[in-house]
Amino acid sequence: MMIICRRGMSTTSRATRWSWWDHVTPAPKDPINGVTQAFLADPCPYKINLGVGAYRDDEGKPVVLQCVREAEGKIAATNFLESTSSAVSSKLVQESTKLIYGEDSDIIKEGRFAGIPALSGTGACRIFAEFQKRFYPNSRIYFPNPTWSNHHNIWRDAHVPQKTFRYYHPDSKGLNFLALMDDVKNAPNGSFFLLHPCAHNPTGVDPSDEQWQEISSLFKVKNHFPFFDMAYQGFASGDPGRDARAIRIFLEDGHLIGCAQSFAKNMGMYGHRVGCLSILCDDKTQAVAIKSQLQQIANTMYGSPPIHGTSLVSKILSDPNIKAIWLKEVKVMETRVRRMRAALREALEKLGSPLNWQHITNQVGMFSLSGLSPDEVDRLAKEFHIYMTHDGRISMAGVTTKNVDYVASAIHEVIAFEQDARMLYNMSV
Amino acid sequence: MASSVLSLASATPSASLSPHEINKGKLNLGNTSLCFNKEKTNPFFKTKSCGRISMVVTSNVSRFEGITMAPPDPILGVSEAFKADNHDLKLNLGVGAYRTEELQPYVLNVVKKYLPIEGLAAFNNVTAELLFGADNPVIKQQQVATVQGLSGTGSLRLAAALIERYFPGAKVLISSPTWGNHKNIFNDARVPWSEYRYYDPKTVGLDFEGMIADIKAAPEGSFILLHGCAHNPTGIDPTPEQWGIIANVIQEKNHIPFFDIAYQGFASGSLDADAASVRMFVAHGMEVIAAQSYSKNLGLYAERIGALNVVCSSPDAAARVKSQLKRIARPMYSNPPVHGARLVANIVGDSALFKEWNEEMEMMAGRIKNVRHKLFDSLSSKDKSGKDWSFVLKQIGMFSFTGLSKAQCDNMTNKWHVYMTKDGRISLAGLSLAKCEYLADAIIDSYHNVS
Repeated sequence: MMIICRRGMSTTSRATRWSWWDHVTPAPKDPINGVTQAFLADPCPYKINLGVGAYRDDEGKPVVLQCVREAEGKIAATNFLESTSSAVSSKLVQESTKLIYGEDSDIIKEGRFAGIPALSGTGACRIFAEFQKRFYPNSRIYFPNPTWSNHHNIWRDAHVPQKTFRYYHPDSKGLNFLALMDDVKNAPNGSFFLLHPCAHNPTGVDPSDEQWQEISSLFKVKNHFPFFDMAYQGFASGDPGRDARAIRIFLEDGHLIGCAQSFAKNMGMYGHRVGCLSILCDDKTQAVAIKSQLQQIANTMYGSPPIHGTSLVSKILSDPNIKAIWLKEVKVMETRVRRMRAALREALEKLGSPLNWQHITNQVGMFSLSGLSPDEVDRLAKEFHIYMTHDGRISMAGVTTKNVDYVASAIHEVIAFEQDARMLYNMSV
Repeated sequence: MASSVLSLASATPSASLSPHEINKGKLNLGNTSLCFNKEKTNPFFKTKSCGRISMVVTSNVSRFEGITMAPPDPILGVSEAFKADNHDLKLNLGVGAYRTEELQPYVLNVVKKYLPIEGLAAFNNVTAELLFGADNPVIKQQQVATVQGLSGTGSLRLAAALIERYFPGAKVLISSPTWGNHKNIFNDARVPWSEYRYYDPKTVGLDFEGMIADIKAAPEGSFILLHGCAHNPTGIDPTPEQWGIIANVIQEKNHIPFFDIAYQGFASGSLDADAASVRMFVAHGMEVIAAQSYSKNLGLYAERIGALNVVCSSPDAAARVKSQLKRIARPMYSNPPVHGARLVANIVGDSALFKEWNEEMEMMAGRIKNVRHKLFDSLSSKDKSGKDWSFVLKQIGMFSFTGLSKAQCDNMTNKWHVYMTKDGRISLAGLSLAKCEYLADAIIDSYHNVS
């Protein structure tokens, strides 16, 4: 498969192909870890490792404290030591990237990506934002309007200026595709864009495959950098493979993307903070250099991610039996959410709501942007004790067959009130 | 005590006031007003530039006074409001976490709820108590802002971000030498830093005069990074008397003490004794930043569990500081990982487990002490040059600064297959009694035969 250079010059020669990251050099080795590596590589039988500050017993073996062992018994987990950490991390990265790029992806086989485990999606985004700042210090990031609120914080704290591109159409409660393409076109060439590959948060509005294709083509022309934040893989269609479709479209067009992954939702890893950051590269050499830079950024923020969650996720993804169970469970989750969407819409329509509620079933994933105003949202909270974010975003996962009627009634009520109020106002002026 | 260092404008009988007294009593500050002489205008609080401060006693004015309460997170704030609601029919459609039909979290493999941004409350409580002592007035009066951090690294990073945001331009002073990652953390957090003298290669001990001089010379309002115990990489700790002088100098210069406690328990074998330096500063009535790690003393390196504590002079300041720490954490990782926090909370919170941990701590520190003795004995008996190897015994904790040069360290590795860092640091945790003689041979050879 010939990969087309992003500058529009087609070439089969890897050596002449331009890359985003040509100027990224390998970071200097960590003085302590480098020692351990050298030690492990030394075949000498009486070698001693005095490099790393981790406790060893009189046989030079790592010790698992008994009290920790007993506590673990209460929480039912396995013991992990610092020496196994990097093996588990690598496994996690391998398995995570397969989900995004495909089980048989050439990219993975040839090692043409830099990947590190991250503290869930937030951590992955933050590492990327810092990396972007470091190597493209004058760049900015373009977010869809709206986007997850923490995206703004993340890039702001990384000191990367931000702009938005039009995305959500408040009237149709769907995608404002023409405006999106316009904004993408008008951005300076080589801009960085954050995209939600599926189950957009907060709107639930996703481009169609055809629309993704057009976006990808325009990105090629404009030489933009696509950064995907994949937080809900499996929640859009119930099939994680299907939910990666947008990314695969970009890959087919030869984009060297970046991708943040989270396992918080689709694997229930909320508290464990498990995710992955990957950046596609020209070749393995570049991948090694970039990975060293990503690791260096992580080293001053948290070092390495917590092993417990990392082990759980890599186990789930690498064990065929367990993975099969996971896939079934993802499907169950997505199905239920979809059913609730239908139920809510039906209930609202049954109440004779004058408004159009199609968007609730058109939107996908966990969230629905209801179209409710902040005042209506406040009322829902104060009077009906229904809570949602001020932008009117509903997490459909909170809706059940038992409460869907109540929710519909409440929404209907506050909207009717607003409509009446508006009517009265219009009448009075 | 060091009452002469605290030159109060008006007379107060005792120079060493407890935080309790300071906060309760009315200190007559005379004509001197407490303010900050900052080069840059800090947008976060208003100050009058009124010249240098000639005395420092913490009154009710916290140096974190200017920090305002962070706005509630728009998404998590919804859940908080929901929790506060008592109505039967309340419904939370705010946070994007999957729920079953029965509105229960769905059990996949291991399902844990999100921790709040500041971490597990039980963990935060026990970690602060472990460091400051459960009976410490600052804990009882809720003057400590504690948030769970990603081990020592993550906790230091939170502190660095706090400094950068609320004390722009302020410098952190780090010891020369110090843990290699300290400077990286401050660099990436955009906090300027410089070094204070610490290690004296002539004595293979502490350059106390140099340390005091450099702390005194630093611009007022600098953050002084101190290792609470078991200094890394040297193993050289100040004596209690020296700690007292350090505290006074810091107070006099209106600096902020910033402790990195990564080895509580590993120095002396006693968790309480190893916290003495931090507790002394707090007892002085100083506002203190303290980062903790459970990587070594609980072997939880891989779980990344630690904490950042900010001791403030009022509970209000502590609450505000905590809110801003959360605001810093959110765009870094949203909330901290749960597993390590549960482990620590369980161990410290369960008296039987805690006792067992104390015993294991004593055992681990004891083994290291034994190894130090064996190594010292081996060096002394094998080396006929009369060189003083007693620093091996005087140094404390996991590490020992051997005084070997880089070339000599290379010889250790290349010829003797002894792996150590190039600054001459050896980790005694990796040394067994059986290998002490071999190591002594290697050290003696490298020291004498390599220049």
